[in-house]
Amino acid sequence: MSKGRFGTHGGQYIPETLMNAVIELEAAYEHYKNDEAFNRELTELLNEYAGRPSRLYYAKNMTENLGGAKIYLKREDLNHTGSHKINNVLGQTLLAKKMGKTRVIAETGAGQHGVATATAAALMGMECEIFMGEEDTKRQALNVYRMKLLGAKVHPVKSGTATLKDAVSETMREWTARMDDTHYVLGSVMGPHPFPEMVRDFQAVISKEIKAQLMKKEGRLPDAVIACVGGGSNAIGAFYHFIGDESVRLIGCEAAGLGTDTPSTAATIATGRAGIFHGMKSYFCQDEYGQIAPVYSISAGLDYPGIGPEHAYLHDTGRAEYVAVTDDEAVDAFEYLSRTEGIIPAIESAHAVAYAMKLAPTMDKRKIIVINISGRGDKDCAAMARYRGEEIYE
Amino acid sequence: MSNIRKAFEGGKAFIPFITCGDPDLDTTKKLVRAMAEAGADIIELGIPFSDPTAEGPVIQAANVRALSGGVTTDKILDMAAELKKDVSVPLVFMTYANVLFSYGIERFIKRAREAGMDGVILPDVPYEEKEEFSPLLKKYGMDFISLIAPTSKERIEMIAREADGFLYCVSSLGVTGERSRIASNVGEMTSLVKKVSDIPTAVGFGISTPEQAKAMAAAADGVIVGSAIVRIIGEYGADSVSRVSQYVKTMKQAIRSA
Repeated sequence: MSKGRFGTHGGQYIPETLMNAVIELEAAYEHYKNDEAFNRELTELLNEYAGRPSRLYYAKNMTENLGGAKIYLKREDLNHTGSHKINNVLGQTLLAKKMGKTRVIAETGAGQHGVATATAAALMGMECEIFMGEEDTKRQALNVYRMKLLGAKVHPVKSGTATLKDAVSETMREWTARMDDTHYVLGSVMGPHPFPEMVRDFQAVISKEIKAQLMKKEGRLPDAVIACVGGGSNAIGAFYHFIGDESVRLIGCEAAGLGTDTPSTAATIATGRAGIFHGMKSYFCQDEYGQIAPVYSISAGLDYPGIGPEHAYLHDTGRAEYVAVTDDEAVDAFEYLSRTEGIIPAIESAHAVAYAMKLAPTMDKRKIIVINISGRGDKDCAAMARYRGEEIYE
Repeated sequence: MSNIRKAFEGGKAFIPFITCGDPDLDTTKKLVRAMAEAGADIIELGIPFSDPTAEGPVIQAANVRALSGGVTTDKILDMAAELKKDVSVPLVFMTYANVLFSYGIERFIKRAREAGMDGVILPDVPYEEKEEFSPLLKKYGMDFISLIAPTSKERIEMIAREADGFLYCVSSLGVTGERSRIASNVGEMTSLVKKVSDIPTAVGFGISTPEQAKAMAAAADGVIVGSAIVRIIGEYGADSVSRVSQYVKTMKQAIRSA
């Protein structure tokens, strides 16, 4: 079996043209991940620039309102650029710089990863080009402006369904054309090895902090950690340091869109099956002939037909559970958290909040749930208003 | 010796590519017969995939046309079986890993062999992942066509040593599509191949004119053309057959004069 496997999942299903680029990346990552100076520099960036560690906030109102388990919110939304994406981006951009690359390219769905990449490129003086589905450039016009403001060039992708999967395909095509001076900052725990492992390592800071923070506040481990899953980077980051702690339930919330019994869904574990796409073997939404399905979710960031290979493996082994949350439930949770705690979550993160709202009341008051609030919801306000039938101008 | 290798024995080989079902399978059958008649030595048949990450805009569009016309893997396998009753030129499938994986790799290969197909090209399956496909193709007597690229460098020898059928030399960085200039040194790539193997080499990606084909044929054993033909099909649809046939004749002539 080839490199980068999680059970049967993972691997390196990419054109020969890219093989030496990923081999070079793997060698650089293997070297720098244990390099003291690199880690010192990255930690300094994460702390001083991105604002880590992010807070672990006891959501008292929500806990009392739901009347069950004690709820903590991991506030990745408070990071610089407004989401967990910056953790991975600072790691990869710093690595790219050490590798002598002068240009970074990235895909983006909701625009959070694109904004984070444009930010890191501005900081480190690198050229930056972002590929974004044309459909998403309309849904997330504000983020397109932010990326341009930060000095990035934004390419609307018109092929296929003009959403996240097409943005990934187009960024891969661009990388195939130019890799000498260019690093592809993949935004999730997906793609060919070493990306799933490397992105996980850069995001694992989330669970490392949760563990230490909760130990300090409660003197124990949580009973459940809940996170939303598209490709799955914030979820794997929130799960990683708990994988060995069997008592901690790990729950990934997929985007069910209009429902897993409709074609308008992006819930990969619920409706997909094993396949090979975007450089990896994993689970994908696809038809009987392996054609990738045009998925749907209200959340541009979860609107992806696959899931990272490590999640596929955690699903196979039963270590993590994956549940599907509909648009309606996510929008309700978006509004609920805003009113109850004064925290506007990203619509992506609202999928995790929605499931916690169902789970918490079924649990004993002595139990503890941690929800990863992967991003802030300012970017979603116009779309949520439209969902409720109100037209507002951004 | 496999049928594919035999196809290189009569001189430089011309290998056209078309997407099955673009615009419909009837036209595909006519195109295959016409190209065989016009001098094609091997024909690459693309099985369309929803997200062809190695393709440029021209072949991407052909994939969309074919899939929206309702073509499926089963219909293409049936078409291949029908064609092979009278077409003697070796046919190879070009598609993506998920098309085989989803169908069942062995089930696909068995049916392709029964249909009379001679090989498979999977641009998203590099050397590192070929164990899942190559031994099964061997078992049924088909060739797994390996690719080398301008970035392959020290990998070329390793790939060439284990290559079957012919070695697909990707002429340029990036995706498929016509290019006004081919920058990389194809001769350097093919001479590295010849150091370790007598496998025939065929150059593809970016070639559209007879002049380019002639230049590439001087450095390799064959020339592959996809986008330039698919563009004609995209433009003329079901009426493209005679135009494609004429194009294949011109290109074959050009490489035979190399």
